[in-house]
Amino acid sequence: MKPIYKIMFFISISLVVLAVAATVIFGLNLSADFKGGTLMEVQFVGPEAPNISELQDFVKESPETSNAVISPSGAGSFIFRLKEIDEDVHQKIINNLKLKFTNLEEKRFDSVGAVVGGELKSRSVTAIVLVLVFIVLYIAFVFRKLYSTLSSFTMGVAAIVALLHDVLIPMGIFALLGRYYGIEITAVFVAAVLTILGYSVSDTVVVFDRIRENVTRFGGKNNFGQLVHDSVLQTLTRSLNTTITTLLSLVAIYFFGGESIKYFSLALIIGIFLGAYSSIFVASPIVVWWSKKN
Amino acid sequence: MSQSYGKKSLIIFLISLFLFFLVYPAGFNSGADFLNSKLKLEKAGFKVPHFFNIPFRLGLDLLGGTHLVYKADVSNLVAGQSSTDAMEGVRDVIERRVNIFGVAEPLVQVEGDDRLVVELAGIKDISEAIRLIGETPFLQFKEERPEVETNAILEAQKKGDKLEQDPYFTDTSLTGKYLNGARVVFGGGVSQLSGAEVSLELNEEGGKIFKELTEKNLNKRLAIYLDGVPISAPTVQSVIPDGKAVISGNFNINEAKELVARLNAGALPVPVSLISQQSVGASLGQESLVKSLRAGIIGLILVAIFMILFYRLPGLVSVAALLVYAVFVLTFYKLIPVTLTLAGIAGFILSLGMAVDANVLIFARMREELSQGKSLSSSFNEGFRRAWLSIRDSHVTTLIGAIILYLFTTSIVKGFALTLGIGVVMSLFSAIFVTKSFLGFLIGPWLEGKKWLL
Repeated sequence: MKPIYKIMFFISISLVVLAVAATVIFGLNLSADFKGGTLMEVQFVGPEAPNISELQDFVKESPETSNAVISPSGAGSFIFRLKEIDEDVHQKIINNLKLKFTNLEEKRFDSVGAVVGGELKSRSVTAIVLVLVFIVLYIAFVFRKLYSTLSSFTMGVAAIVALLHDVLIPMGIFALLGRYYGIEITAVFVAAVLTILGYSVSDTVVVFDRIRENVTRFGGKNNFGQLVHDSVLQTLTRSLNTTITTLLSLVAIYFFGGESIKYFSLALIIGIFLGAYSSIFVASPIVVWWSKKN
Repeated sequence: MSQSYGKKSLIIFLISLFLFFLVYPAGFNSGADFLNSKLKLEKAGFKVPHFFNIPFRLGLDLLGGTHLVYKADVSNLVAGQSSTDAMEGVRDVIERRVNIFGVAEPLVQVEGDDRLVVELAGIKDISEAIRLIGETPFLQFKEERPEVETNAILEAQKKGDKLEQDPYFTDTSLTGKYLNGARVVFGGGVSQLSGAEVSLELNEEGGKIFKELTEKNLNKRLAIYLDGVPISAPTVQSVIPDGKAVISGNFNINEAKELVARLNAGALPVPVSLISQQSVGASLGQESLVKSLRAGIIGLILVAIFMILFYRLPGLVSVAALLVYAVFVLTFYKLIPVTLTLAGIAGFILSLGMAVDANVLIFARMREELSQGKSLSSSFNEGFRRAWLSIRDSHVTTLIGAIILYLFTTSIVKGFALTLGIGVVMSLFSAIFVTKSFLGFLIGPWLEGKKWLL
């Protein structure tokens, strides 16, 4: 294997370590979807929209809202995050806001019970684990005929390592974003993670498919490292082009799709870029190094 | 080679044109109107009709509306009553309540053992809706406990135990589930001042239970609880065989009327509480819809430009295939129908990139074969043949993700999983059938001197 693989592989490893460290130190800034709690977004309409410090004074006045965190979300629009409240308290807050300031329109109100949030969390973890298991099984099944050169289990493991790489790094980035910019991980983030898994593995599968084809054509005993490198080069144009077209769609969503799915698309942009990268510089070298050991 | 592919291409084109109008009937209709007025067809007794319109089904986050999750308390079910029955009862009653609001296609469905999900799209006054759903009364008939038990509970309660138990009355199997109807009557009962009483008519089964209860409790008290609060506890004077009971609490006439209205809309067989609410205002929904559609169109244009620049003639073909793909997928959304959410539209836009991926795989292979000096038609066939395994495997892995996502998440994310899943399947069809037919039709001797196009 060429030295570039080693260099890139260790860069990847360090990034993963940093990402895991960031996740452990800062924790994930989970939204009310997972923790339980309330998110309320209001748009003030009328001449005298309050500013953020007036609102902060306002929420301190009543015990139900004293812990509310307020952040601006566009002109005259604010997001309130507070503990889970019932409908009566909700209406009371809205009425008080109207009385104290100016007329307003409620754009969004989510109040999620802690139990529901906890269920979503455990379901999300189940879903991610299941996807990983099924993908290993599928890869092991598809590449079972390669057994003479290397076990399909190796390919499965290499693909999973690449997957973890593609998911852990965005997670670390979002831990940072959550810590410093208050960006939350919402329910759709799980969808982003699972999509990254699917994409990342399909990139890896395309490279492995090429390796399989080259092994059956030329035999893989002699110089497996070179064969893998050739396979990577042969699939490089495709990997780049696919990633570019997908990223083009995602960049369109990021810039024009509106606030609600902006960070969802950001997670996908990072993950899908990494998916293409990792099939070349993570999954492929692992297959080569593992096969050398045996 | 061109002839059979030409036929297929023509068929695909015609079907796509038809489906395009299905997706976007306004395009056909304005054309029809134009023809009708220009050619004065109406005078000839003939008119180009409008295309039939099947609307897209939009999700709550695009239409505005609310997603409510209720938890039913099924811990105190009477013997013989299953939680499934109780939940079905709750669903039926809340469905009746919800139908009063007049929103289009309200969704009321049981999830798991004790959850009820209510989705109201396009509703204006969400808090009023919640109030009306939540206020639905929960009616219970209770009988006196034996004195020994009463004393035991009272004794325990003095010590701070069994506080949640009612020392005087105990549940019976008769609840609001068996109620046929209620009305205001004016009797001379306890409500001396107003004289307003609420008369209850039980259904046949309820009448039987009531008869047994009155037999069993003759000369004892039988209490009527509403939402867990006792409102009346008359002494049973005689066996009542006809399923007619009277509540004579201290109502004034208006309270009696409201109670009757609420009882008639349905009494819940078990109590429920709201545990999660997600509401989106109509204006935010509209804004999200416009923005996500614009993002989709811009994404499509960017992908198209890239494909044509990089792959020239095949790129152009893949853009045509992509349009066919989009029309087919949107048709599926309308016909199944798929509820389009914001995440769902993101899934659709994402699947555009994936549909192109299959084409990229094929074209990359074709170029390889060409560069090895093979002829046009054999490069074409080899390209498709060799790319197939990669296309299949990469699609299957994405499909695995989509299916699991669909099975394990909430309704908001389900939309994404469904659109992504449909996208994966359609993308396979688009690559191996549409792209192949179009490209097969175009590849011919005329290209021999113009290899730069490939």
